[in-house]
Amino acid sequence: MSNQIEIKNLNVSIADKPILKDFSLELPRGEVHALMGPNGTGKSTLAKVIAGHEDYEVESGEILVDGTNILGMEPDEIGRLGVFLAFQYPMEIPGVTIANFIRAALQARQEEGENFDAPAYYRELYDKMDLLKMDRKFTSRSINEGFSGGEKKRCEILQMAMLNPTYGIMDETDSGLDIDALKIVSNGVNLMRNENRGILVITHYQRLLDYIIPDKVHVMWDGKIVKTGDKELAKELEAKGYNWVKNELAVA
Amino acid sequence: MPIGPIGDNGLFDQFIASHSGENAWIEKRRKAAWNQFHELPMPRKKDESWRFASRLAFEFNDFKLVEQPDATTIGKVVERSNLNSSALARLVFADNYLVHEDPLSMDLQTKGVVFESFDQAVQKHGGLLEQYLFREEAHLGSEKFVALNTALSNCGGVVYVPKGVVVDQPLLVYHWATKENVAVFPHTLIIAEEGASVNVIDVYQSLDSDAPAFCAASGNIYAEANAQVMRKCVQNWNQSTISFQNDATAVKKDGVTKTLAVNLGSKRARFENQVRMAEPGSHATLYSLTVAQGDQEFDQRTYQSHDAPNAVSDLLYKNALLDNSRTIFSGMINVAKDAQHTDAYQTNRNLLLSPEADANSLPGLEIQANDVKCSHGATTGQLDPDELFYMMQRGIHKRTAQQLMVFGFFEEVIEKFDNEEIKNNVRELVQSKFHL
Repeated sequence: MSNQIEIKNLNVSIADKPILKDFSLELPRGEVHALMGPNGTGKSTLAKVIAGHEDYEVESGEILVDGTNILGMEPDEIGRLGVFLAFQYPMEIPGVTIANFIRAALQARQEEGENFDAPAYYRELYDKMDLLKMDRKFTSRSINEGFSGGEKKRCEILQMAMLNPTYGIMDETDSGLDIDALKIVSNGVNLMRNENRGILVITHYQRLLDYIIPDKVHVMWDGKIVKTGDKELAKELEAKGYNWVKNELAVA
Repeated sequence: MPIGPIGDNGLFDQFIASHSGENAWIEKRRKAAWNQFHELPMPRKKDESWRFASRLAFEFNDFKLVEQPDATTIGKVVERSNLNSSALARLVFADNYLVHEDPLSMDLQTKGVVFESFDQAVQKHGGLLEQYLFREEAHLGSEKFVALNTALSNCGGVVYVPKGVVVDQPLLVYHWATKENVAVFPHTLIIAEEGASVNVIDVYQSLDSDAPAFCAASGNIYAEANAQVMRKCVQNWNQSTISFQNDATAVKKDGVTKTLAVNLGSKRARFENQVRMAEPGSHATLYSLTVAQGDQEFDQRTYQSHDAPNAVSDLLYKNALLDNSRTIFSGMINVAKDAQHTDAYQTNRNLLLSPEADANSLPGLEIQANDVKCSHGATTGQLDPDELFYMMQRGIHKRTAQQLMVFGFFEEVIEKFDNEEIKNNVRELVQSKFHL
């Protein structure tokens, strides 16, 4: 089916150690899904595999983006296809300014010979920075260099807002944020919610889901989804802890 | 000016005869240097100060002093001496001859600022030069070439800024090689008196893209108490040129010097840079950016000499290597026994963009004082695959991402050029050399 990311029976290992085990998930456009789970259960691996990171070995399964199998595609092709990964630990790129970086990303999406409208670009960039309460001086600073945790995450959201992806994968976007930064970042994500965009919020904690209300919550355990429900599931999980899932699994 | 091969005694005698207007002490100094040049052996690979350098395979007599360029050539080089478009003071030399001069503003001249060619300055300011010319010496291995420069130099910029005077626009000095097998000997002398401030940019270029040439350049900077001197060099000779540059700087009490070298050209280029923190509170920064390609070899030797307490020196040398190119960085920080509370740093970063490229690094420290902060470090690596993944995730093509990262690597040095237009022009020069 198109208009969704469809992950089917994905098996992924790193250095011969299985990480994702028969993992399946459907993320339709227009919905926000939360993927929750304890550390080491394969959440970040999933995000990197979707983005085409070469370190992971996909043994079997499929990832379809709007019907196109992206396994084996280069990370930049997947990016231009409309998949955006907000990194848990955004990289610092010395000497590359935010303005030039986002510009290069937009230009990569242009047809050859198409002119880049720089004034319009800067207007949009400044508008979105205002929304994220980012100082304009950031545009001329090197990407993420010397940024605080909150600034880095805001910078991720800024990039997402500028690149207008069809799918956003938010990998632990809440980690390292204080409550104010969390609200700003969540607000940024909420502004991007619409019927043409699917968002997968990967998180360890329920806290973020107070601000970004998910349509569905998936609980991941040992490389696959073991429970799916609505936003109440996240609260239940928060109250009972991940051991609850573990114990349920043991009973089953 | 005499014409002929540069190792030739007859040529030197003619040179002295044609410079009879110079003060006796300069003549004496030139003669001693000429003897020294002949007596010193050609540096060899086994010499410690030439470690990792490839063999020096040329004959001095392959290169010569030549006649003055014709009007057409002069027209071309003056037109291309355009790192900055606005009317700044500028000296243009071609094949050792001063071929064009845009003088200082009347205001600065009235204040006593001197910006003249070596030849003119020797004639007009002999007394001043006697205090400074050929005084500060660096012994980093190129003594033979420094001696040759002392013997035969008559070009290059001489800058003198009197006490308290601020020269707020860069002074530009262009050095051109226009003829096949020409030898050039630029000599730079910058003197900033107490509280003075000046910014000098030297640009080295070839008119012809293939004609072999030889350069032995030498420079001295003196920053007196509280003075600020910025000196920037853009070495962009063609890739058939052999070049040597030896700079020695002395910084006095609370004085500040900033030297910045952008190294792009030459078949092989040796760059020696010594800074002496001569008095308490002096502060020197040394930046360098090199892009090596093809079979180029860049050989960099530095010396941060802390002779006095409470001084700071900070060195950052960055090299990007393509193809089969080679770089050598050998740096030494020396802290004298009495130079307590020294802060001295030395960083060499090499970015290998080809598996065949070869970066050598020899950082060094000699510390006699016991209360200092010193660090040195060298890193050699390729583009970070995680950074590349991050950029590509945004849809940026691999080659574009690599270029952005490489240019980003340069930016840390380029941004130190404080004039926007010059910064952009240097950026373009660096980027034009780049082919991923």
